[in-house]
Amino acid sequence: MAVCIAVIAKENYPLYIRSVPTQGELKFHYTVHTSLDVVEEKISGVGKALADQRELYLGLLYPTEDYKVYGYVTNSKVKFVIVVDSSNTSLRDNEIRSMFRKLHNSFTDVMCNPFYNPGDTIQSKAFDSIVSTMMVQAC
Amino acid sequence: MESLTLSDVEQKYYSELFLSCDVDNTKKVASNGKVLDLFRAAQLSNEVVHQITELCGATRLGHFGRSQFYIALKLIALAQSGLPLRVESLNSVRDLPLPRFVMSKNEQETRHAVMFADTENQGPYLPRPPGRVQAKKVSAHEMIQPCVPTVDPQPDTTSPVVSPHQSPPTSPHAWRKHKRQASGGNVDRQSSVPGVVWPPFREAQPGPVTGDGMWSAHSPPPVQESWVSFTDTPPSSTLPMHPPSAQPESATVRTVPSAMTTNEIQRQSIGYDDPWKITDEQRQYYINQFKTIQADLTGFIPGSAAKEFFTKSKLPILELSHIWELSDFDKDGALTLDEFCAAFHLVVARKNGYDLPEKLPESLMPKLIDLDDSAGVPEPAPEVGFSASPVEVTPNKSPSMPSLNQNWPELNQSNEDTAIVHPVPIRMTPSKIHMQEMELKRTGSDHTNPASPLMANPPELSDETKLAATIKFPGTTVGDGYSSSDSFTSDQEPISSAVNRQRSHSGTSPEGLKVVAPPPPPPRPHASHSRSSSLDMNRNFAAVPAGPQQPGVVAFPPAVPPRPLPTQTSVPHGHRSVEGDGPPAHTSTSPQQMPEQPNFADFSQFQAFAVDQPADDGEKPSDSGQAERCAETTGTMRTAKNDVQAEERNATTVNSAKVSTPLAPPPKPVRRRLKSEDELRPDVEDLPQKSNVIATVLATQPSIPRSIGKDKKAIQASIRRNKETNTVLARLNSELQQQLKDLLEERISLEVQLEQLRPFSHL
Repeated sequence: MAVCIAVIAKENYPLYIRSVPTQGELKFHYTVHTSLDVVEEKISGVGKALADQRELYLGLLYPTEDYKVYGYVTNSKVKFVIVVDSSNTSLRDNEIRSMFRKLHNSFTDVMCNPFYNPGDTIQSKAFDSIVSTMMVQAC
Repeated sequence: MESLTLSDVEQKYYSELFLSCDVDNTKKVASNGKVLDLFRAAQLSNEVVHQITELCGATRLGHFGRSQFYIALKLIALAQSGLPLRVESLNSVRDLPLPRFVMSKNEQETRHAVMFADTENQGPYLPRPPGRVQAKKVSAHEMIQPCVPTVDPQPDTTSPVVSPHQSPPTSPHAWRKHKRQASGGNVDRQSSVPGVVWPPFREAQPGPVTGDGMWSAHSPPPVQESWVSFTDTPPSSTLPMHPPSAQPESATVRTVPSAMTTNEIQRQSIGYDDPWKITDEQRQYYINQFKTIQADLTGFIPGSAAKEFFTKSKLPILELSHIWELSDFDKDGALTLDEFCAAFHLVVARKNGYDLPEKLPESLMPKLIDLDDSAGVPEPAPEVGFSASPVEVTPNKSPSMPSLNQNWPELNQSNEDTAIVHPVPIRMTPSKIHMQEMELKRTGSDHTNPASPLMANPPELSDETKLAATIKFPGTTVGDGYSSSDSFTSDQEPISSAVNRQRSHSGTSPEGLKVVAPPPPPPRPHASHSRSSSLDMNRNFAAVPAGPQQPGVVAFPPAVPPRPLPTQTSVPHGHRSVEGDGPPAHTSTSPQQMPEQPNFADFSQFQAFAVDQPADDGEKPSDSGQAERCAETTGTMRTAKNDVQAEERNATTVNSAKVSTPLAPPPKPVRRRLKSEDELRPDVEDLPQKSNVIATVLATQPSIPRSIGKDKKAIQASIRRNKETNTVLARLNSELQQQLKDLLEERISLEVQLEQLRPFSHL
């Protein structure tokens, strides 16, 4: 279960960020922000052609003692970042991948909405509900 | 003034109007304010209005009393229908259409409208959402409404909303919305407003006369009524149309419904449950709108076009976005006809003040599925709760997702069908043969008399059972209730009665299942017995001779259809339970035979098991084996017995430790017995044996408790003794342990002393 989920636009500003312990939001915001560097580094393309099939799932970006940060980037350079609690050891890589897949799908749905202007913050209720299901149920 | 005769409809309509105008409840209405608004809404020129007020005498009185009001209304009707205003004509003109008013909704709304109205946008503001709300009210006030469809001078109501594409000035004229809405009506708005408050579709014209002018100018032509006017009027979100709140709106006057209204109202009042249902009228309107964007009804509306279209509704983008999410079912960024209708419907509802649902209501779900255009949709849909309207409108053309809706009904139907038929193996043929044989024998044995009760049952069934019984008579398996019972019938009356009872029972069950199920399993008159305590069995046994068994005996497992004898005999597993009945049946009859069976003597001995253990053991294994066999064959029913028997065997053999041995042989005999059961003509000997076994089993049951009790006591006593011994030994153990510890300590201390002394010694 994620503790924090964020969607970052191509220009590296957040389109959507939500964390479970709402009081510690700032901390998560900071974490996500710093993780962007790692993401950039990973997607900078190590010599590969941009058109190459780049893995969307970036995997564990970096772990801290409290939590782990996973990254995922779409072909349009929209980044998803998931922060999970380190104590939650049961989460496997596959589960993280499926979470990203779900995020990506619902993000696509949001994009398809003609009333959504790319670059706006995501206010879709459907997207919110998807995210809620993935967030930690605690607190 | 002159007496005024009003028709009922008129009466109601006018009274309501009066009420709406009579805010102060003074029974008279001032000439200003609402009344004027009302009159103005009648879309008559001012002179006419003045004339009317004069005629009705309000000018004289200075206010509108009820009669004046009514007169005025009638005059308005006259004027609207183009007749000259004459007082005499008040009563003379029959079939006068009811006055029509195009009213603005609440003053509040009008105020809003005023505020928001652009200068150029005189007209109507977004019509308050067509009335869904109204619809509700309509239903409530159907009567009041001028049900008499009058000729609508306004643009015909058929055309629903104003075309959104119209420029502001030409925006909505007709506020027929309400009509439509009535039909469509969301019932949500339970308008408590007694008065029919039609949320004014149009903004009141209190404002600029130009509005009036515009209205009147536009009234004839455009067929479009604006429900939702997608004009550049300010967002409708400012107009929360709450009819209840509009209650005080005196000025709200129902717009004169057109002919459609009546139908709509009626339709709406008729079993309207779904607030989100799209009426035909609405749907037609939606389709027309769809066509303006996309001529091909089977095609898509691209997202951008839809965006523009719905943006005209002046709803906030966020809400539009939400509506889109709801309505774009297949998430493809384009709207099919159904999706478009759903979206439009949601927009309309939202403009009317309804909150958007979290999920798409069922009635709005796109009826996709190309499965079948014709029916598809909603015919079966009623179960699923889809609105019926779409069906007629257009076949589902959406190529995308298979409509869940349509699938469901099909499934339902199929399920129902499958549910009805319960596959049950039917083996009629062999059983029939047996039945007949049994029947013959039965007749010979003159047991048909007791069977007479059975005759009440469908003769076939009873015959079958009888036949089965007769067949079994020669010695069918024990497991069969039929057989067992039948076998005995020839011998004993009570047995036969029991059998008959069984047969009757079995007869009853097959009756219902005849078509579907195999012949009823052998009646298990003692099925209840088997389940109940042995005491019951005793009682039942006693009752057996009494004649027709009480209904309690009929404990046939309802689910198990009677089976033909052969099946019973043949399938041990599946029909264990059935066969289980057999033993009971046998046992039921066994009491009579008990004295005849030597085995029974064993059981009596069994009670004094301590003494007779050896003998019992010898006997019991065989008997228990048989019993066990029977029990096994009988299946679950007998498990209790089995347990009991096993227990008792165990108890009896506990000392002898022969528990296992009795169990070992039984399985084999069981199998053998089952095989024999397969044969249609089992050994005759088996029958008595089985019956004996069963009898013994049953017989032992009453005695079992006693013997078991004794065993239990013995066991408990031994357990107690053992426990005591245990405690004693445990105590002893602890004491010894303690002693050991003490000794060890002493030893240690001594050693220490020794050590201490040693160095001295070394010295």
